[in-house]
Amino acid sequence: MNDPFATEPPTFAAQARTTGAAPVRLSVNGAVREVAAGTTLAAVVAELTGGNAPVGSADGRRAAGIAAALNEAVVPRGAWDRTPVRDGDRVEVLTAVQGG
Amino acid sequence: MTETTRPTGPAGATDRPDTPAATVASPLAGTSPGEDPLVIGGHTFTSRLIMGTGGATSHSALRAALTASGTELTTVAMRRLDPGVQGTVLSVLSELGVAVLPNTAGCYTAGEAVLTARLAREALGTDLVKLEVIADERTLLPDPVATLDAAEELVDDGFTVLPYCGDDPVVAVRLAELGCAAVMPLGSPIGSGLGIRNPHNFRLITERVGVPVILDAGAGTASDVALAMELGCAGVMLASAVTRAQRPAVMAAAMRDAVRAGRLAALAGRIPRRHFAEASSPQDGMAHLDPERPAFTS
Repeated sequence: MNDPFATEPPTFAAQARTTGAAPVRLSVNGAVREVAAGTTLAAVVAELTGGNAPVGSADGRRAAGIAAALNEAVVPRGAWDRTPVRDGDRVEVLTAVQGG
Repeated sequence: MTETTRPTGPAGATDRPDTPAATVASPLAGTSPGEDPLVIGGHTFTSRLIMGTGGATSHSALRAALTASGTELTTVAMRRLDPGVQGTVLSVLSELGVAVLPNTAGCYTAGEAVLTARLAREALGTDLVKLEVIADERTLLPDPVATLDAAEELVDDGFTVLPYCGDDPVVAVRLAELGCAAVMPLGSPIGSGLGIRNPHNFRLITERVGVPVILDAGAGTASDVALAMELGCAGVMLASAVTRAQRPAVMAAAMRDAVRAGRLAALAGRIPRRHFAEASSPQDGMAHLDPERPAFTS
């Protein structure tokens, strides 16, 4: 496995620069992000999707079409906004694509 | 119809008096797709063709092929979200009313496959998963040990598991015994179009496994699909044969009809194979002719 922290130079997100607390470095889909301490998984996903998240599942049940794993464990969508990210976290945000 | 107007049947046909139609079951009873559905776990489908979406050149080509195939269940893969991508395969499936079957393609370990399945369930709201744990990137053959491990974990976690496996009857039986809702043996390597390389093994699998057997991988054309169904498969999964055909929608229609034809042939019960001919015309009642003097020499 590649370690994104070993290769990416530090980049400070705006919110990290405006707070006094030490920023949090994490990997989001393999790219290093820096966010303010206390940032939630919900905010990390929202920044990634930029409001363009696919909506709706093919079988009509309530699902957003995307899912997130934090350090190799699924975090249910309903828990994203109460899940803070921490230094060194690995976040993977997946969706369905053509395949099989 | 009365005795006097009833046409004479072919020699050998049963010559019973007709009974009123209302009291006689249709000769095709029980064989229509609605009467003979594919049941996988708690899910019921009237189409026995599971389609893949890989290889389709555009969403419009995919939509046309899926429509022509008549499929009701179609696979997708789970990959990192690319926010730059507009429109998704999910919107195509949703528009067509086709249920989604997420796969774990690309996973090489049981752990990766289990996590991918859980993410798919969270993202798509389905308990169905097509479990794939690949052993080797050149052949894309399944890793039977890792597949068994992952299947056990996912069954215990409440998934309806459809594992991709080799055509080994022992592995297929073990997967079914673990609680998999179906087994999906390969006919030949993924994307190869080589059809069913070992029909005898497929026969052993369909005879021994108590869950639906679905041909996965290798179908190249309609006859491969018909053969799978004749060998007792409950369904067929394919992608490349359609999406990479010169006219995908036409091939999709061929596959739809081949699944149906093969299923009907399996239900009908084929004749036994023989070494020599068996006359289909009557052996007796021949005219006595002089074999030395055919009429045209007179």
